[in-house]
Amino acid sequence: MPELTLSKAINTGLRRALEDDPKVIVMGQDVGGLGGVFRVTDGLQKDFGSDRVIDTPLAEASIVGTAIGLALRGYRPICEIQFDGFVYPAFSQIVSQLAKLRARTNGLLSVPVVIRIPVGGGIGAVEHHSESNEAYFAHTAGLRVVCCSDPHDAHWMLRMAARGADPVIFYEPKRRYWSKADVAESADDARVLPLDRARVVRPGRDLTLLTYGGMVATCLEAAEIAAEEGRDLEVVDLRSLSPLDLDTITASVDRTGRCVVVHEAPTFAGLGAEVGSAVTERCFYRLEAPVLRVGGYNTPYPPAKVEDQYLPDADRVLDAVDRAFAW
Amino acid sequence: MEPVQLLSPDGTFTPDPAWPLEVTPQLCRDFYRRMVLARRFDDEALALQRQGELGLWLQSRGQEAAQVGSILALRDTDYVFPSYREQAAALCRGLTPAELLVQWRGNALSGWDPARYRFHIYTLVLAAQLPHATGYAMGVQRDGTDEIVAVYFGDGASSEGEANEAFNWAAAAGVPLLFFCQNNHWAISTPTHIQMRAPLHQRARGFGLDAHVVDGNDVLAVHAVTRAVAEQIRAGGGPALIEAVTYRMAGHSTSDDPTRYRTASELDSWQARDPIARLESLMVAQGWIDEELRAQIARESDALAEETRRVCREFGPVDMTGMFSAVLAQQSPLLAEERRRHEALVVSYAD
Repeated sequence: MPELTLSKAINTGLRRALEDDPKVIVMGQDVGGLGGVFRVTDGLQKDFGSDRVIDTPLAEASIVGTAIGLALRGYRPICEIQFDGFVYPAFSQIVSQLAKLRARTNGLLSVPVVIRIPVGGGIGAVEHHSESNEAYFAHTAGLRVVCCSDPHDAHWMLRMAARGADPVIFYEPKRRYWSKADVAESADDARVLPLDRARVVRPGRDLTLLTYGGMVATCLEAAEIAAEEGRDLEVVDLRSLSPLDLDTITASVDRTGRCVVVHEAPTFAGLGAEVGSAVTERCFYRLEAPVLRVGGYNTPYPPAKVEDQYLPDADRVLDAVDRAFAW
Repeated sequence: MEPVQLLSPDGTFTPDPAWPLEVTPQLCRDFYRRMVLARRFDDEALALQRQGELGLWLQSRGQEAAQVGSILALRDTDYVFPSYREQAAALCRGLTPAELLVQWRGNALSGWDPARYRFHIYTLVLAAQLPHATGYAMGVQRDGTDEIVAVYFGDGASSEGEANEAFNWAAAAGVPLLFFCQNNHWAISTPTHIQMRAPLHQRARGFGLDAHVVDGNDVLAVHAVTRAVAEQIRAGGGPALIEAVTYRMAGHSTSDDPTRYRTASELDSWQARDPIARLESLMVAQGWIDEELRAQIARESDALAEETRRVCREFGPVDMTGMFSAVLAQQSPLLAEERRRHEALVVSYAD
C-alpha cells in the first residue's frame, strides 16, 4: 500500500472489513455522509449503503447497546464513539453487558463488538475531547483493549479486531491521525503482528521506554535525543493494553535493566501502575532502578492553551530517564 | 385512556370489536393451566429461598396473565428479551425449573441457552436489555425475515435513560420490536407516581411508538392486544409499546418487606383482581372447568413442585475454575496464570 495517514489507514481497514464479511456493520454519530468528524469513515456509506454504515442517534449507551443486540443476532458491529470523553454514557453497557456476556453464559454467547474511540490530547480541543480513559476498560475483565500508534498497525489491528470473537476497545490517538507511513499490503507481511502482542519499535541496550498510542512518537523522539547523549533507549509499543504482552515487556527490561512507562493518562492508578508492578515482580533482580512513570497529572485535562504543560513530551521523558540512570 | 379489558374482575366476558379474540374453552384452559403452574412454581421457589436453598427469588405472583397472555401471542421463533421476573413467560417457552433456579441458587450467572428457547438470559441492570432488543431487531430488519422481537421491562425501568433512548431509536429506525411493560405499580418501594407524571403509554406516543394500555390481570385482553399488535409489527407497521397494568402481589424480592411502604387494603384490592381467579370465574360460569380438569392440573402442579424441589437440591458444588476460560474467547496469559495459581492453592488446601 502507498503511504497512508493513520486516519486513512483505518478507513481502508474498515473498507476491507466491510468487504471481507457481509455481517460487518459500521455505526456511530456522523459516520455516514460526513464520514466522521475525523473523516475516518469517509466514503464508506456511499459504497456500502446506509444499512451497513449507519448514522445513529446521539445516544452513546444505545450505540453500544444496539451493537450488542446486533452481535447477538450474528452481526459484527464496529461502532465509533466520537470522542474519548463521550464514552461514559455507554460505560454501563460496555462494562456490565458487553464485557460480561460471554462469562455470564459460560461461553454460549459471543459479542464481537469493536468500539473505536479517538483518544488523547495534543490537538487543542475543548474539554472532554482529549481524555485518556483506557485504565477504566483495562480494569474490566472480558474486554480486549488495544491502542494503535502508526498507520500500519492501525490498519491491521482494526482488521484483526473486526475478525476476532471478543469485544475490543480500539483506541486511535487522534493527534496522530495525520501522520503518514507505509502500510503492509498483506497479512503475510512480517510486520503484521497478532493483536495481543507488543512491538519493539526501537531496539536499545540501556533503558526500556514502555509506551503506546500517541506517546510512541514522543518516546522515539526522546530516544533520538538520548542517543546524541550516548544513551541507547529501547522503545516498546505495548499495542495491547489488556491483555498485556508481558513476555515482550519483561524480555526487554531483562535486557536493559531500566524501565520508564510513558502514557498521556494520569499516572495515578493508570496503566503504568500495573505495568510497573508486573515488571517489578518479574524483573526484580535485573532492575538497576525502580520503574518510573511519566504521564498526565492528577487533574482534569486542562484547557487547550495549557495542554503542552500537562502532556508528557520528550523533555519529561528524558527527565525520567535521567532519574532512572541517577538511581 | 382506559386499559383494554375483555374480562371484568368478576369474570364477565365482554367482547371488544377493536380487539377480536375467539374465546374457546381450549384457549381458556390452556391459559388457566399455564398460569396455575407458573404460580405454583413461583410459590415453590419462594419456599426454597425461605429454606435457604436459594439466595434470592423475585416473585411473579400477580403478573401471570401479563406474561402468559403476551408470550403466547408471539411465535416461538420470535426472540424475547426478558427482564428478571418473567418466570411465567419463560415456562411457556419450555424453560425448565433447573434452568430458572440455578442463577438464584448462586451456582451460575445465567441459566439457559438463549438460542434454544429464543429467550434471552435475564438482565438485572434495569433497562439495559432495551437497546439490546432494539439492536437485535435492527438485525432482523436487515435479514428481511418476518420475525419480531419482544422485550419485557417494568415501570421502574422506564425511568432509565436507556429505556427512553431505545423507544426513540426503535421508532426512528422503524424496527420490528414490541416493548412490553408490566406496570406492576412498584419499583421496590417507589410507586409509579414518583417515577413519572405522564403514563408510559402516553409518553411512548411522543416517541412515535404505537402504544396501547391493557388490563394486565386480564389474560384475554393481554392476549388479544398483544396478538394484534404483534401482527401489525410483523406486517411492517413499526415498533409498538404495550403497557400492561398489573400488580406485584409480593415484595420486589425475597429481601424486601412491602409492609413498610404499602397498605394491606391496597393488596386486598388487587387480590380481588387476581388474574387466575378471574379467568376461573369465567370458566366456571361457562362450564369449561370440571373436577377432572382441576384434578389433572393439581397433579401437574404437584409434579412441577416436586421437580422444582428436587432439581434445586441436586445442584452440585461449583468452583472458580470454569470462570477463567469463559472470560475471553482465547484465554489470556494473565487468566491462565491466575487459574494455575488458583488450582495450586486449592491443591495446597487439601493437605
